Amino acid sequence: MFEGLKERFREVLPRTGFCSLRAEHERNETIRVRQNVLQPIQTSEDTGGMVTIMAGGGIGYAATSDLSRAGLRDAVARAEAWAKATAGRTVFDFSKVAMPNPKGSYETPVRTPWDSVPLAEKIAMTARECGRLKTDDRIADFEAGLWFTKTSVLYLTHDGGEAQRVIHRLYPYLRATASEGTVSQTRNLSASAICRQGGLEVLEPVGWLSQAPVIAREALELLAAPNCPTGTMDLLLDADQMFLQIHESIGHPLELDRILGDERNYAGTSFVKPEYFGTFRYGSDLLNIVFDPTVPEAFASYGFDDDGVKAEKLYLIEKGILKRALGSLISQSRAGIPGVANSRADSWRRPPIDRMANVNLEPGHATMDQLIAAVERGVYMKANNSWSIDDSRNKFQFGCEYGRLIENGKLKGVVRNPNYRGISASFWNSLKLVGDRSTVQVLGAPNCGKGEPNQMMRVGHVTPAALFSNVEVFGGD
Amino acid sequence: MQEHFRQIADHAFSQLQGDEVALLTFDGEESEFVRFNKNAVRQAGAVTQRDLGIDLIRGQHHAEAQVSLSGDLAQDRARVEGMTDELRRRLDVVPEDPHLLYATEVHSTERIGSDELAPPETALAAILKGGQGKDSVGIHAQGPIHRGFANSLGQRNWYTSYTFNLEWCFYEHGDKAVKSDYAGFKWDAAALQRKMEEAARQLAILQREPKTITRGKYRVYLAPRALNEVVGMLGWNGFGLKAQRAKISPLLRLVEGEAKMHAGVTLSENTAQGVSPNFDRRGFVKPDAVVMIEGGRFRDPLISPRSAKEFGVPTNAAESYEAPNSLDMAAGDVALDQVLAKLGTGVYINNLWYLNYSDRPACRMTGMTRFATFWVESGTIVAPLNVMRFDESAYRMLGDNLLGLTREREMLLSSSTYGGREVASARLPGALVADFAFTL
Repeated sequence: MFEGLKERFREVLPRTGFCSLRAEHERNETIRVRQNVLQPIQTSEDTGGMVTIMAGGGIGYAATSDLSRAGLRDAVARAEAWAKATAGRTVFDFSKVAMPNPKGSYETPVRTPWDSVPLAEKIAMTARECGRLKTDDRIADFEAGLWFTKTSVLYLTHDGGEAQRVIHRLYPYLRATASEGTVSQTRNLSASAICRQGGLEVLEPVGWLSQAPVIAREALELLAAPNCPTGTMDLLLDADQMFLQIHESIGHPLELDRILGDERNYAGTSFVKPEYFGTFRYGSDLLNIVFDPTVPEAFASYGFDDDGVKAEKLYLIEKGILKRALGSLISQSRAGIPGVANSRADSWRRPPIDRMANVNLEPGHATMDQLIAAVERGVYMKANNSWSIDDSRNKFQFGCEYGRLIENGKLKGVVRNPNYRGISASFWNSLKLVGDRSTVQVLGAPNCGKGEPNQMMRVGHVTPAALFSNVEVFGGD
Repeated sequence: MQEHFRQIADHAFSQLQGDEVALLTFDGEESEFVRFNKNAVRQAGAVTQRDLGIDLIRGQHHAEAQVSLSGDLAQDRARVEGMTDELRRRLDVVPEDPHLLYATEVHSTERIGSDELAPPETALAAILKGGQGKDSVGIHAQGPIHRGFANSLGQRNWYTSYTFNLEWCFYEHGDKAVKSDYAGFKWDAAALQRKMEEAARQLAILQREPKTITRGKYRVYLAPRALNEVVGMLGWNGFGLKAQRAKISPLLRLVEGEAKMHAGVTLSENTAQGVSPNFDRRGFVKPDAVVMIEGGRFRDPLISPRSAKEFGVPTNAAESYEAPNSLDMAAGDVALDQVLAKLGTGVYINNLWYLNYSDRPACRMTGMTRFATFWVESGTIVAPLNVMRFDESAYRMLGDNLLGLTREREMLLSSSTYGGREVASARLPGALVADFAFTL
């Protein structure tokens, strides 16, 4: 991969200023079996690079799929032209940032590589799990799938920086829709949020090889279930809803580029103000949130970010107090607020911006039984299926696929269309108990949208279940 | 890029063996992007990309791949040969695909727009000049977008458009902003200036003390951009045959005749009057229009070739995701200049944001107001409104509670750039709605 690229890059460097090249190659393979029919297997090979130049206070980039000497020379010229055109017109004098020249590499630890199992065997495996979803005539639609990616990145700087990463990812899913008349209910394994780094060894611990009949049974249960009740009550969220709650109402509000206003035309701003860092009580004492790109199996782990900054675990919120922003080196310089190594681009076609990597809730001490036992009247919800939040990341409403009533410390009947709403700035203060390691799931999302031009980012969230008090809960029509 | 695709296609087809058939698609663009905040540049740059799709077919066996092209003929021929070899090996492993369908009648088309774009530096200067003294934030994108199709049966289709799309906000304070856009094919600095001056005038209202309303039901006006968010949600698995047969369509009750919308609601996929290419990725040419909802009742679904084969019906050349690319909602009879008077007292909503379903079978959705949303009393705008969450069924919004649609419609060009610049549009009126539920 990238043979001779370093030398070709050296040959086309501009005479002055900072210059970097981020070259990427990604291979994707997707196997999907729907209603026992193999869908067309999708393969993609994507190769290209982005040249970034900061010179004279201006900034410019050029992305090209031509990594030949001529292609790189052209990209450098185009990036240089933009740096020149923007000099004196930028939000910030980019020459004030000392960009790192990293040295190092990172590769996902893999025990069972994707390619070590023949394609025919992987198809058979997927077909088998798909077939196990069809447990009843009322299962109207059912699908099993595996999405594999391998991404290789080489980051070079004009002053000799060189960082490499090779990331192996697997995204397995199972889905069943039960239908009767015009009522339909769908269950997805772990909310379709099983996003992991690693190889095929991921499949067993996440339940892909065992949970198909359970998914189907729960979809059928929902068909006959009453709507979730309406009222203010305790709310127990399983990990496959917690990941989304953290993502939307902690991850995004802490992104420094939002706080700086870059996203106000698209993804939005933040209710978090610059002066909040260091003092603002974000949640109860039980709330400990980390930026942790070092969890090997988590979806967004890496050694260096796309500006070459070394990645490390850091507390964003400690015992409920806001400590640090999700801000990259450039955003930190602009805002004067401490951040993390989270300058990330979704591909060679886009420039890096402030992004979540793995934003995780540290586990507490309650088992699932203890979490349930702590509820007098409430609802247990799992598997996110609806998410909506305002542009300041404050007023939210989320929905789940599956709910159960909790009465006097015991799980009771199944309820459908469980939804809840709240306000980020106060919601986390109602955090009453945090689940222990036995309730933790390693989850994530492959499709977090943000940025102009738009970028679809892979993010990870490692989280336990958690219990909240006095939440506004409701059901469907 | 057209010539490069032609040469690559010729080479790919020359490598076919026996009775193999190949379908090729091409997605390319040469884009310039400028992102700005506080009327200064945050990021600026150029993106050139070329992606080739290959579907290698032998009987009912087939295998698909996508590969990025460099633009260098020798390199790209090698990439295509390598990928074709891999797909050929895969044909021996995969079973027959019972739902494979592709066009076998040759129907070549070509649509190439003219380049009337300004140099990107000229656009940048005009944007910064118009935003002088204001807190201006947004994105400008411009350049040619290319789409192509070729198959080994002899069909060739090509589409090139030269477009620009500027989307920006003037911020007054906090989250109070006027959102505007200027998009099209021919850059006109004077037209941009007029739009920026109009946006600046609207800012004045945002200086007033904002009003916060309590949760409850209100009379509202959804401007075309806000209505597009609602109708766009219906496009998420609503109109496609596959989603309907799989029972996951949020419009299932409408499709089954259990529910209906207002008799004034007519929605079409109007390819003839949109900006999207008129050919799909399997070589079928799209009909001028597909009427999905007519007079409040469901009429025809969007049907991809794959769904057509699966369910034994003719295709209307919808893409695999079976969602509109050229949405067209019929106009009503409310004059735009009468909207405030007819609204009376209520909420004038320019933009909605972050919609999702809260009860999919009931087609009930939630979302937020955003940007310039106003409180109106007795037909006069009184104050900007602090953001509110709604939770409301489309069957009510576009059914019994729909008071009227405007006579005038707006053509909205997509500004989506995920993976590449999207070529899609929506033409809609505004809607007056009663008893619209705000919840938080």
